[in-house]
Amino acid sequence: MQQIRNFSIIAHIDHGKSTLADRLIQHAGLSNDRQFRDQILDNMDIERERGITIKSQNCALNYTAKDGKEYHLNLIDTPGHVDFSYEVSRALASCEGVLLLVDAAQGVEAQTLANLYAAMEHNLEIIPVINKIDLPAADVERVKEEIMDELGLDAEAALKCSAKAGIGIDEIFEAIVERIPPPTGDPAAPLQALIFDANYDPFRGTVISCRIFEGTIKAGDIIRFMSNGATYKVEDVGVFRLKLEKHKQLSAGEVGYIIAGIKTVSDTRVGDTITNDANPAATAVHGFVEPKSMVFSSVYPISSDDYPSLVEALEKYKLNDAALEYEKDSSAALGMGFRCGFLGLLHLEIVQERLEREFNQSIIMTAPSVQYKFTLKNGQNIIVDNPQYYPDPTTIDIAEEPYVKISIIIPERYMGVVMKLCMDRRGLNSKFHYPSTGRIEINFEMPLAEIVYDFYDRLKSVTQGYGSFDYDFIGHRESELVKVEILVNHEPVDALSIIVHKENARARGLQICERLEKEIPRQMFKIIIQGAIGGTIIARSTINPYRKDVTAKCYGGDISRKRKLLEKQKEGKKRMKMVGNVEIPQKAFVSVLKSVED
Amino acid sequence: MSPQTFSGLYIHIPFCRTKCPYCDFYSCTDLHFVHAFTAALEKEILFYCTSFPSADTLYLGGGTPTALPDAALSDIMASVRKQIAISTDAEITIEANPNDLSREKLAHLRSLGFNRLSIGVQSFDDAMLQFLGRRHTADEARRSIDFAREAGFDTISIDLMYALPGQSREGWTATLNEALRFSPEHLSCYQLTIKEGTPFFDCARMAAFQPCAEQDEAEFFMFTSAFLEERGYGHYEVSNFARAEKFQARHNSKYWEHKLYLGLGPSAHSFDGRRRWWNVRSVEGYIEKLLGAADETPDVIRQETMPAGGSELLTDEQLRMEALMLGLRTRRGIELEHVLTFPHASATLQRLQAEGLLIVSSNRATPTTHGLLLADSLALRFVE
Repeated sequence: MQQIRNFSIIAHIDHGKSTLADRLIQHAGLSNDRQFRDQILDNMDIERERGITIKSQNCALNYTAKDGKEYHLNLIDTPGHVDFSYEVSRALASCEGVLLLVDAAQGVEAQTLANLYAAMEHNLEIIPVINKIDLPAADVERVKEEIMDELGLDAEAALKCSAKAGIGIDEIFEAIVERIPPPTGDPAAPLQALIFDANYDPFRGTVISCRIFEGTIKAGDIIRFMSNGATYKVEDVGVFRLKLEKHKQLSAGEVGYIIAGIKTVSDTRVGDTITNDANPAATAVHGFVEPKSMVFSSVYPISSDDYPSLVEALEKYKLNDAALEYEKDSSAALGMGFRCGFLGLLHLEIVQERLEREFNQSIIMTAPSVQYKFTLKNGQNIIVDNPQYYPDPTTIDIAEEPYVKISIIIPERYMGVVMKLCMDRRGLNSKFHYPSTGRIEINFEMPLAEIVYDFYDRLKSVTQGYGSFDYDFIGHRESELVKVEILVNHEPVDALSIIVHKENARARGLQICERLEKEIPRQMFKIIIQGAIGGTIIARSTINPYRKDVTAKCYGGDISRKRKLLEKQKEGKKRMKMVGNVEIPQKAFVSVLKSVED
Repeated sequence: MSPQTFSGLYIHIPFCRTKCPYCDFYSCTDLHFVHAFTAALEKEILFYCTSFPSADTLYLGGGTPTALPDAALSDIMASVRKQIAISTDAEITIEANPNDLSREKLAHLRSLGFNRLSIGVQSFDDAMLQFLGRRHTADEARRSIDFAREAGFDTISIDLMYALPGQSREGWTATLNEALRFSPEHLSCYQLTIKEGTPFFDCARMAAFQPCAEQDEAEFFMFTSAFLEERGYGHYEVSNFARAEKFQARHNSKYWEHKLYLGLGPSAHSFDGRRRWWNVRSVEGYIEKLLGAADETPDVIRQETMPAGGSELLTDEQLRMEALMLGLRTRRGIELEHVLTFPHASATLQRLQAEGLLIVSSNRATPTTHGLLLADSLALRFVE
């Protein structure tokens, strides 16, 4: 056990975490240059395209240190976006130390701080690493100052590297061995294994990623999940290389996988503790944060025939993403579907994309909502995250919406535009401070709904990408809310209704009507789109019908071409949803969610 | 292909003296190729005659078939008749340009057996004819129709174009009235369609003229239908009107009824009920393919020497879609039995009936005039 080191890499997005992970793997000889693909650990298409890590991936590395001993290093990769702080916390609970990566040109950013605090909560050894020192814009001295002033860490202990160029990698390995403590635990004690991830393999069932804190586990053992008492027989245990590598057993201090014939995916709860059924541990492992949904949206299949397939896709998806919450939902306009809870807007987008790409689902998602609290005049308290369940306005005594404290770090020159953006979004109680010359940290208290809407996109736009952003939930506050309904040819489309602050109602209603006007194709009759609060119309647009839709000539040589056009239109129709007699394309629903640069 | 399957024969004559700027049918203006073309066509006929021994409609389209010299037309008709039995009551149509129709030409056409003449008049307004790039005047058009009647053509179809840029309702009515003075048995009234690859497409893109607005096109269409129906012309297909049912174009109806047809000549399409194929869209390519290879055994013509441009084998689903979209272009409409093979068809039928676009009877669904105006959308309503 003295030769084991469990560690993670944490960083602000784009500070080079995945590149460093790849370099470590390559250095440890797990992949040669021929096999080496950039960013081996980011193995989902979306992760590659967006350059972010969503799912934690793990890898065991062997390293012979300068003391001549061979060490067993477990690298636990962590996601890098604010929405995924939950996944970061699971990974961190399984480690004894972290490499805190800071970009030599960008310096300390909002998520660097957030990640540092998370690591400190878990009492981890923190090794600051300044990456990208080979960049022309690198300013190592300034970044060192920030590490000292902002993070309160010993800047002299910071390592310098370029993961991309392969500079300073040996020093990182040595620091991991020297500075991160070995795990503790008793291989003979009752089993305590923490589930920090799970993947679904169509051939082998559920593959559980876990950290063994106490005891030992081997094939043939009967294990028990401490949350629900379910028992399984272990088929296989081992460690993560680039593929799964079977081992005879896993003991205290080790990180590895367990396969136990778990077919029903919902049986695995990430965060649960596994113990031995015959010799159970007295308590479960502490230190996990339950994921908390911040943003809610409903998912519907485009064709109601695809509902069973969506059920299955969500079940499988959920196994790989413990943070997604969902329950049955139904809409008059869109039929049977699910109400889903997400960690944030990016999480929502990723779930949507993965359901479409990896699970071949054609889905419609409704406008994201936050969780509102209502105190009714009869004293009853209700929580609403779905505009469909918005209470009768005459019965509402107090309405409350969730607030967050946001932290934005930007170069000073963007202060004006960012302040304006925050004030426009109902930001309150601003505070500033200067982490280093030329940069400013701005804090605001702001309704979460404003952030969910398009705040992050706007921030990136007004700061030309230089703004870094993080937020923390601080509680519900009283607010004036209304429900805006959208009617298409006088039929309310429940899936398009939104709950908004009274002052935003008209603007949002108009915007939705305008976007629908652009995205709904002309049909054979006039389409009227209206936004309404109660019975009052606050926004309206119309789509004129086709007056004529027929080609003048259709003879022998025209038939194939006409049929092909019809076939193409037929394909397009698959992505349409009928509301009353109006065909609304999926992209019309999507357009309502998207922000537009103005 | 079983021998009885075909009955409609189309021959594409790919020559025009001048190209009209709106037209996207294939043609070339180099008449030097005529001789080689007729020889190539003879060989193509020879190849297909075993599987296509007889026809009850023959249609010479183009291009401008009347641009051919008399001798060439004679050769073509001789080649056809030598190999393919044309039934005695066959409809034999030729498309004609008014200023090709001299008395002599018309007499010659009669002698070759043509009994239906489709005259490309397009307009009786000289300004419009000039805009359309036609090489005849309104007077020449009038005279050609009189000559045709004199020559004994008792089935005449007049082609007209409308919804032209700048055209008024009055202007179009005048042209229609002029046409009706000749009591044509058949009228084809085409709305101007601006097609990609034509000079008009570029003109419209560069805003050299303002195409007719969709709303106006719709009004023109409804007006034309009502105007001609009132005067005894049945609006039996989107762009076609007949003075009596017996004057409906028999050959062209085969396309709309999804019947089998053989098309010869460059760019012509054929359909055998399952497969559709088409010839190369080039006179030179057509001639070279058919005449290029020296025949080792002149009696046997090989499939490889056919001037194929492409082909497709249609699935049942595709056949059903074609029959639907073609049927909805005509006043015959489509059999309910066929429509009901599409998902949720009864609900769609009810809705379309309520919207005034279809009339559903005991065994057919037939489009109303308004339905014809939206025929393409109608078909789309059934497919999903």
